[in-house]
Amino acid sequence: MTESLSGENQATGSPLALQLKSVSKSFGLVRANRDVDLSVEAGTIHGIIGENGAGKSTLMNILYGLHRADSGEMWIDGELTAIRSSADAIGHGIGMVHQHFMLVPNFSVIENVMLGSEGGSLLKEGRTATLKVLDDLGQNYGMTVDPEAIVSELSVGLQQRVEIIKALKGGARVLILDEPTGVLTPNEAQQLFEILKVLRDDGVTILLITHKLAEIMAITDAVSIMRNGEMVGHRKTRETNPQELAELMVGRQVLLNVDRGVANPAEPLLAVEDLSLTSSGGQELLKKMSFEVRAGEILGVAGVAGNGQSELLEILAGMQQATSGSIQVLGQTITAKDPKDPKSVRAMGVGHIPEDRHHHGLVLEFEAQENIVLGQHDGALAGQGKFLDNRAITAHCRTLMDTYDIRPTNPNLKAKNFSGGNQQKIVIAREMNANPKVLIVGQPTRGVDIGAIEFIHKQLIALRDAGCAILLVSVELDEIMGLSDRIMVMNAGKQVGILDREEANEQKLGLMMAGLSSDQAA
Amino acid sequence: MSEFALQLLYTFDGTIRLATPLILCAMAGIFSERSGVIDISLEGKLLTGAFVAAAVAHTTGSPWLGVGGAILASVCMSMIHGFACITHRGNQVVSGLAINILASGLTVTIGIALFRQGGQTPLLAKGERFGPTEWWLVDLFNHVPILGTIYRELISGHNMLVYLALFLVPVSAFILYKTRFGLRLRAVGEVPAAVDSAGVSVIWLRYRALILAGLLCGIAGAYLSTAQGAGFVREMSAGKGYIALAAVIFGKWRPVPALLACLLFGFLESASSRLEGVPLPLIGEVPTQLMLALPYIMTVLLLAGFIGKANPPKAIGEPYIK
Repeated sequence: MTESLSGENQATGSPLALQLKSVSKSFGLVRANRDVDLSVEAGTIHGIIGENGAGKSTLMNILYGLHRADSGEMWIDGELTAIRSSADAIGHGIGMVHQHFMLVPNFSVIENVMLGSEGGSLLKEGRTATLKVLDDLGQNYGMTVDPEAIVSELSVGLQQRVEIIKALKGGARVLILDEPTGVLTPNEAQQLFEILKVLRDDGVTILLITHKLAEIMAITDAVSIMRNGEMVGHRKTRETNPQELAELMVGRQVLLNVDRGVANPAEPLLAVEDLSLTSSGGQELLKKMSFEVRAGEILGVAGVAGNGQSELLEILAGMQQATSGSIQVLGQTITAKDPKDPKSVRAMGVGHIPEDRHHHGLVLEFEAQENIVLGQHDGALAGQGKFLDNRAITAHCRTLMDTYDIRPTNPNLKAKNFSGGNQQKIVIAREMNANPKVLIVGQPTRGVDIGAIEFIHKQLIALRDAGCAILLVSVELDEIMGLSDRIMVMNAGKQVGILDREEANEQKLGLMMAGLSSDQAA
Repeated sequence: MSEFALQLLYTFDGTIRLATPLILCAMAGIFSERSGVIDISLEGKLLTGAFVAAAVAHTTGSPWLGVGGAILASVCMSMIHGFACITHRGNQVVSGLAINILASGLTVTIGIALFRQGGQTPLLAKGERFGPTEWWLVDLFNHVPILGTIYRELISGHNMLVYLALFLVPVSAFILYKTRFGLRLRAVGEVPAAVDSAGVSVIWLRYRALILAGLLCGIAGAYLSTAQGAGFVREMSAGKGYIALAAVIFGKWRPVPALLACLLFGFLESASSRLEGVPLPLIGEVPTQLMLALPYIMTVLLLAGFIGKANPPKAIGEPYIK
């Protein structure tokens, strides 16, 4: 399946900005990149797509000099080049916008932009020059930002703009963007794409790393697909389709959209009324939330990360107490005066798949079988009396591993040694096996590969059809739209509105996520 | 001039003398901590500096060579700290404590081996230590009431290292806020990955910060044994390194506020020695032990209650792993 573009390019004669020839990199026994070939034409947007752990980030870190390849060649503008450090990469006109911003939050914008290229041992000299660069970039690409603003006070979208400015300031001709839209609202992402197009038309070569097929289709000119550390294909974007890309990524046929079927909602099992949360610092994290989730439906909660979804999940699961308001669960009432701890919430019939499986879903240092009975370890599952019945636990774990397709099927393997998708399946198996009447789900497929996403989505639909009331929080709009029967949008701790699935589209949700009411967004 | 005012003036004079090693160590602490390395080893570096300064000054007869030796030794200690916790990513507190214990044992052991005086160095002669520098115009100003006395007692008459320490505070602030090195140093203590991705070596930056810290602690050590004192006495740093670290935190990792904190601690120490055995109004005579403990009690109280929200450098204590 591996093929190379270099032949085609020689045929068309368009110059290559960048070429990698059989680049390999191992970390211990893990071979992160195996004989990777990549050719990127100058002045194009080239997508690199692959699942988590496919080796995309490693490859880009090699390009940017953060890692050094074990073997292989790198050609930049037709010249064999060795990049040993980020300084080398910058010197060769390569700039990178990292997934986790490389910004000093308590520095001003200009200090962040200057860092690393101060233009002299005193800051004074470089300041004027940097101000001019900021001004130029602002005028040429519409990337204006206040040079004296403190970075931590900027919105995420503006912080990313600072990252891009940093990457471009030295006149970078190749710009690498690692999962740039993960933290942006759809509108901010759209703005970013506009900027990228202008940059491309200006001759900048852009490498876009993502796991979102829609982005690849929307903005790239060509795409390379990685799987298990190898390049498995190169395509012209206009000659391919999402289905083909997904299959190349996973290596088998996948369903991109699980068939949602028809929901048959019945009586409300979870009703939230006037729920508010104020932090100890006086910040209003949740403001008067009121909604209900009915048996046999999925209520999706859309919003950019950090708009109160995490707090809502934690309150519903009993991990945190609301400041005011009440929660009705399966006929019982939880109020701020009469709170319930997670154990009693669970006992009522509420399951919880936490947002952060590493901190709240699993004990990474524990074995799979210990994790799979976590929270249920004093019930019948784990044996009678005060002692754990390890044989019963192992047997139970094996059954669930079969049912939920958890691999490798080794009950004694530590949780940390499973892949992200399989870790998540351990949590899901545990929570679903308890037959919850209400299920609270946070980011069920974050850091999970496409194959496992398909499986998890099917499980959620099946549970819904069995009459469970599901509250699904996700920052992936595709996921919300693919699974939900109704969609609630949150912004700054408030519910902006609740839409039926049929009324919702990406644009409308995007505007609501930015805080516009559903009428304004319509 | 009234007796009270004169006493106060002497107390201020003592404040400056007692605060000098604190100031130097605090600047050292600011450099290493701003780079992301916890510097509990200020104490050990100070002690090492004190010993080597006295030993070299005694052997060569030159206090300046003593300072040079102290700087060298203190930088070496700093490099051990760096090797353990920058290169090998060891725990910075443990490494710092190890340096302190090492310094406390090593100075005495070598002292006994060299001078056979129970771990002390011989008493330094006049030319082997820093004497007071008489400023010009003292005689002229002497006749001016009040100001003359203040000029003579408070401003003039200290040794060179006192002025050097005070001079190094604005220098430190300048380096930190106005130079390329300072910008990178502040960045590396917050988000080392940002510095790395800008193509600047995190490791080398942190080593340079520790070299600076070693240099400043060396001068502070030399001050203890060849300026304030006249020879090295075992454990003569007596917790000053820790107090300086407290001043760094109290000053929120900024040079000028840290200077003020050092002066405050110096004042408390100076006042406590003046108030020993003096009956105070309402309270009466306070036991000597309590007076001696006062600076430390105040340190605890100040750190616990009055510092407000301190924002330490975010990456402090964390070794950088790519």
